[in-house]
Amino acid sequence: MEKKKVIEELRQKFSEKIKEVTVQFGDEILLIERDSLLDIVQFLKDKPYSYSMLLDLTCVDYKGQEPRFEMVYHLFSIPNIQRLRIKVRLSEKDLQIDSLTSVWKNANWLEREVYDMFGVNFKDHPDLRRIFMYDGFEGHPLRKDFPLRKRQPRIPLRK
Amino acid sequence: MIGSFFTTRFNYILGWARKYSLFHYPYITACCGMEYMSTAASHFDWDRFGTGWTRFSPRQSDMLVVCGTISHKLAPVLRTVYDQMTEPKWVMAFGTCTVSGGIYDNYAVVQGIDRIIPVDIYIPGCPPRPETVLDGLIKLQEKIQKQEQEWRWKKRK
Repeated sequence: MEKKKVIEELRQKFSEKIKEVTVQFGDEILLIERDSLLDIVQFLKDKPYSYSMLLDLTCVDYKGQEPRFEMVYHLFSIPNIQRLRIKVRLSEKDLQIDSLTSVWKNANWLEREVYDMFGVNFKDHPDLRRIFMYDGFEGHPLRKDFPLRKRQPRIPLRK
Repeated sequence: MIGSFFTTRFNYILGWARKYSLFHYPYITACCGMEYMSTAASHFDWDRFGTGWTRFSPRQSDMLVVCGTISHKLAPVLRTVYDQMTEPKWVMAFGTCTVSGGIYDNYAVVQGIDRIIPVDIYIPGCPPRPETVLDGLIKLQEKIQKQEQEWRWKKRK
C-alpha cells in the first residue's frame, strides 16, 4: 500500500519530528513539530509520493487549551489519488510559522486569510496583510474570544 | 383657489408619470440577484408595471434595487452610489439581508441597509418570490403616487 509506505518513510526520515499519526475517514493525519514543516512538506511534494496539490490551509482555535491554535494543511496526491492532513500546534505567545508560499503559490492567499481571521504570523510571506477585512479593522474575527456583537463600520451609521 | 387646484392636479400627474417610469439601478451582491433576474425577465416581467429600463449608471436611475447582503466593507460604495443618484430617487430593500441583515448577525454584515441609506420599500423573503417583489413594487408605486412631488419651479413653503 502506497499510504503505509509514505508514513513509514516519513517516520524513518523525520523520526522525532512526527509526534502522532492517526487515521480518520480513511485518511492519515500527521501531527508534526513546527520547525520541520517545510522539510516534510517538500518531501511529500516531490516524487514518488507527489502530494503536489495544496487543497486547503486553515487554522483552528482551541480556546482554553495549550497550545491554543492548530494549523491544518490538506494535501492531495494527483497520481496516487490520496489525501493527507498535516497539523501543527501553535502557542498563543509565539504565534508564527513558516510560510508555504515558496512551495505552493496558492498558499499566499490562504495564509493571508488565516492571518486575517486568526492573527497567525507567517515567516517569509511576501505580502502579509488582511485579505477579507478592510484596513483599520481591529482584532481577528474567527478567534473564539472576539466579541460576538462587535461592529466596526467604515462610515457613520444612521439613527 | 384655482391655482391650488392646478398644483394638486400637477402633483397627481407628476406622481402618475413617475411611478410608471421607474428606471432602476440593480445593486446585486448575492443570491437575491437570481430572483431579481427572474422578476425582471419575461416570465414575471416587471416591465408591465413600468420598471423595464435597467440603467447601469446611478446618474440615470430613479430606483436603487439593493439585492443581497451588504457588508461593512461595501457600505461606503453603496452610500456613494446612492449619493450619485439624481432626485427624485427611491430605494428598494430586496430580501431579508438588506432589510435586517438576515441570518448574518456577525462582525462583517450591516444590520439592514437603512443604517446607511434611507429605504422606501422593504421586501422580505430569503430570497423573496417574484410575486412578493411585484407586490412590493405596486406598494412603492402607491407610495410614489401619494407622496408630495418635487419640481423645479415649485413654490417652497
